[in-house]
Amino acid sequence: MEASAETHKLAIFRGLLKFKSNKQKIWGVLILLSIVTAIEVLLGIYKPEMFMGQVLGMKALNWIFIILTIVKAYYITWDFMHMRDETASLRRMVVWTAVFLISYIIFILLQEGGYVEYVFTNGFVKTDF
Amino acid sequence: MDSTVVNTSAENKRWGGGIEPLKASYGKMMMWFFLTSDSLTFTGFLAAYGFSRFKFADSWPIADDVFTHVPFIHGNYPMIFVAFMTFILIMSSVTMVLAVDAGHQMKKAKVSLYMFLTILGGFIFLSSQAYEWTTFIKGGYGAVGTHGGNIIQFVDASGERVALKDFAIAESSDRTQHARKDGLWFSGEKALPSFTFEEVLAGFEANPGVFVRTTYTAEDGHKTILSRSESLRELRTKGKNVVEGANLIQNEYGPPLFANYFFFITGFHGFHVSIGVMLNIIIFFNVLIGTYERRRSYEMVEKVGLYWHFVDLVWVFVFTFFYLV
Repeated sequence: MEASAETHKLAIFRGLLKFKSNKQKIWGVLILLSIVTAIEVLLGIYKPEMFMGQVLGMKALNWIFIILTIVKAYYITWDFMHMRDETASLRRMVVWTAVFLISYIIFILLQEGGYVEYVFTNGFVKTDF
Repeated sequence: MDSTVVNTSAENKRWGGGIEPLKASYGKMMMWFFLTSDSLTFTGFLAAYGFSRFKFADSWPIADDVFTHVPFIHGNYPMIFVAFMTFILIMSSVTMVLAVDAGHQMKKAKVSLYMFLTILGGFIFLSSQAYEWTTFIKGGYGAVGTHGGNIIQFVDASGERVALKDFAIAESSDRTQHARKDGLWFSGEKALPSFTFEEVLAGFEANPGVFVRTTYTAEDGHKTILSRSESLRELRTKGKNVVEGANLIQNEYGPPLFANYFFFITGFHGFHVSIGVMLNIIIFFNVLIGTYERRRSYEMVEKVGLYWHFVDLVWVFVFTFFYLV
């Protein structure tokens, strides 16, 4: 128990940034998460014109938000929840299952939502009266 | 016979307990599996929310028009308050992980301190959530609902929102709210809006400086504002009732589903936070009375910590999909 507690992996960014202790890593990850959140908030307030173009059916800005969110989720799970220190099999059981099922239902529901919107817009359905 | 016995004893080594193939205790593993399934529940809600947003792609409200309030300060400050809430939750995640770290080193005083701070963060977040709900339910400007269930909002010539009370012409009316105590069948009704639709229409006709903002998003990402003559026609032909604030049937921001998802998803998340605070309090007192000190292991702090971080994790997604995207 004590032995495994001491063996935290202390490097993030694939070893680019190495922390001296677990506590230092926690503060480092907090700084990272705060920076990412600050970027999101600033982009959300100012909505720069350059990110307003459509990319893969969505505004580029929305893709940036989603990617930044996944980055935050990664560091919360890997460092705050210590997923980095778990065995590969436990990590895969949790992460792969979730990622597969989540992507699947999101694809299905968004596809269907887009279709319903298409029918509302182009079909003979009146919603504005 | 002999060989059978040898085989079972070999089996016993693998399955007889005492081996942790995942190097995680049963409790911690089960917490992970619970969190996986709980994340799927939240995914279900958020994906349904995404479905409805795609379905009402151009009539969905813009978050910056809706969530603009900051406590004690008047004016339009989108994003600020919710950024504060996010920061509170991340901070309480940090104190939680510090508590886990102190637990590994068997430092009881530090675990208690960090658990206390985590609980404090949880309470601040829940209070913020209550404020957010209150302002959302109360509403700011008021709007008119159409026969088709759309929302008509009002702006001045510069595009700034105008509240109904700033232009509606109130008439004396005998209409009073029907309360349970007055009714023959003990049935009441909802609070009446401050103005009737006729009063809003009369005020709109008398104020040439007020324009209709429709529920539809234009190319530039803002809601379409109609010219004065179009505004008059829109309000006269489509207007039906006055909407102030939000409930599950109608809200002044956009499609009814918008408020429903807001209540449902942030409510379900808030419920998770409440449960988390409760668990944290139980663990906090267990730490204080020395339960884990006697057990020689603070693993329970770690397990509850996993749940607490998960609540933070979900908030990161709720934050993105309700306030940013």
